[in-house]
Amino acid sequence: MEDAGATVERVFREQSGLVLAGLIRTLHDFDLAEEAFQDALVVALEHWPVHGPPENAAAWITTTARRKAIDRLRRETRRDEKHQAAQALLDGFELDRAALDGGALEDGEQEDETMIADERLRLVFTCCHPALETPAQVALTLRTLGGLTTGEAARAFLVPEATMAQRLVRAKRKIRLAGIPYRVPPDAQLAARLHAVLRVLYLVFNEGYLATDGDDLVRVELCDDAIHLVTLVCDLMPAEPEPLGLRALMLFHHARRATRVAGDGSVVLLEDQDRARWDSAMINEASDLLEQALRGGRHGPFVLQAAIVGLHARAPAADATDWPMIVALYNQLIQVEPSPVAELNLAVAVAMVDGPEAGLVIIERLRAAGALDNYSYLHSARAELLRRLGRRDDAAAAYRAALGLVTICTRASSRAPFMPIGSVMPS
Amino acid sequence: MNYLLLIYADETARESSSEAEAEAMFAAYRSFTEGIAESGALRAGDALESVAMATTVRVRGADVVVTDGPFAETKEQLGGYYLVECADLDAAIEIAARIPGASYGSIEIRPIMSPP
Repeated sequence: MEDAGATVERVFREQSGLVLAGLIRTLHDFDLAEEAFQDALVVALEHWPVHGPPENAAAWITTTARRKAIDRLRRETRRDEKHQAAQALLDGFELDRAALDGGALEDGEQEDETMIADERLRLVFTCCHPALETPAQVALTLRTLGGLTTGEAARAFLVPEATMAQRLVRAKRKIRLAGIPYRVPPDAQLAARLHAVLRVLYLVFNEGYLATDGDDLVRVELCDDAIHLVTLVCDLMPAEPEPLGLRALMLFHHARRATRVAGDGSVVLLEDQDRARWDSAMINEASDLLEQALRGGRHGPFVLQAAIVGLHARAPAADATDWPMIVALYNQLIQVEPSPVAELNLAVAVAMVDGPEAGLVIIERLRAAGALDNYSYLHSARAELLRRLGRRDDAAAAYRAALGLVTICTRASSRAPFMPIGSVMPS
Repeated sequence: MNYLLLIYADETARESSSEAEAEAMFAAYRSFTEGIAESGALRAGDALESVAMATTVRVRGADVVVTDGPFAETKEQLGGYYLVECADLDAAIEIAARIPGASYGSIEIRPIMSPP
């Protein structure tokens, strides 16, 4: 049996997103929610070793955090009697608290699954509000729903921790002062808000898929969170192809999770993965979703990416991959959503169809533009193509550049927001 | 919450518009203003004279420096404002999007600072 400290650690890792989402929704204040959450963890560290960890640790933490929030609001209100907003919140809480006091604290609350799910969806739309800049949207979502520390979020986006901390502070301040609401937007605004939400969910998925921290290269719970959230969005907007596309995209990746990492912890390239161990049921589910999405007419960036990854996932062997179709799809993708990472992947696909020289032309153009200088896959893809051309010295230098970036930034963090897909890259 | 909705547009367009266009614009603003007054959101709202009528004042040390014109020369000028009270930013965005000027200019939404 794990000790109380380990239980607290585990609850923090696994449940912080869920617990924080609920707290933020009821408190309407990110900072208060985070502080109350920390308070509750401290109480747990004191309480659990004596009384033993409760059965439902997350509910226990939530209940305790709400009480701590009430305490904090009380102190705040006493200091400044004109603080009407706090008082209004406090009034609401008295009811909440009366209800809580009716039940035993250790039992926690029996939160309804659907209600929790809705809370998280609501919070995603708040975190991805267009009045916040994109990096802030992503940071907030990872921090609050993904349960990442500020340091982890910073490494995921290749910025110093102080920058990420400042970004979070500014975003939370804007939510509070500009009155950004906590809710799923009304129908009229829903479609416009959707793309930002989907982008952020994909970034959360990537954070789990190529985790920057922790013992596992794949941090499954973040992937599960992202899949769960995108499934909710699909249910909410059944007529939209893009959520279906994103869900298919995630499942195509997730189906290969067992084969991505070797026994010694190193990354296994797509072409070397044991396809027999891919989750075929999940691949079939993703294929169905993709087909449904493709019927939707206009092909957005997530539907196109799902179509590309689907071609990889359904190829019976690496050398049976339909590379010409992948080249065509990347060209479409670059038209609807230009990005240097998509161009890098196009380069790899072009190299498979027209030879390494043709792929290298695209990569050299990207290098000249300088957009992916710190992106290790640019250098490793270049190295691989140079090697195939027999330019050993150039290839070795490029490999060194790639490795240098990997060592500096830790294992898997030297990457841009969109995950590379292709034979020379780990996927 | 209270929000100030600042209406920015190229005012030369307003000055060069025909009488019929000006009347149509006036009617559109009147209908919008009546709408938000009925909904209870309207706290205040006015159109401003052009920036050619603006005077800028700065106090530097003991000197009151008065200059002709706006504080900054911009392509779009502040031409009017509404002060509205509504639930949250989404409600303010919804109101701002209905301001006639939003379809050819820009509306800047600024939350009114609450007392500390």
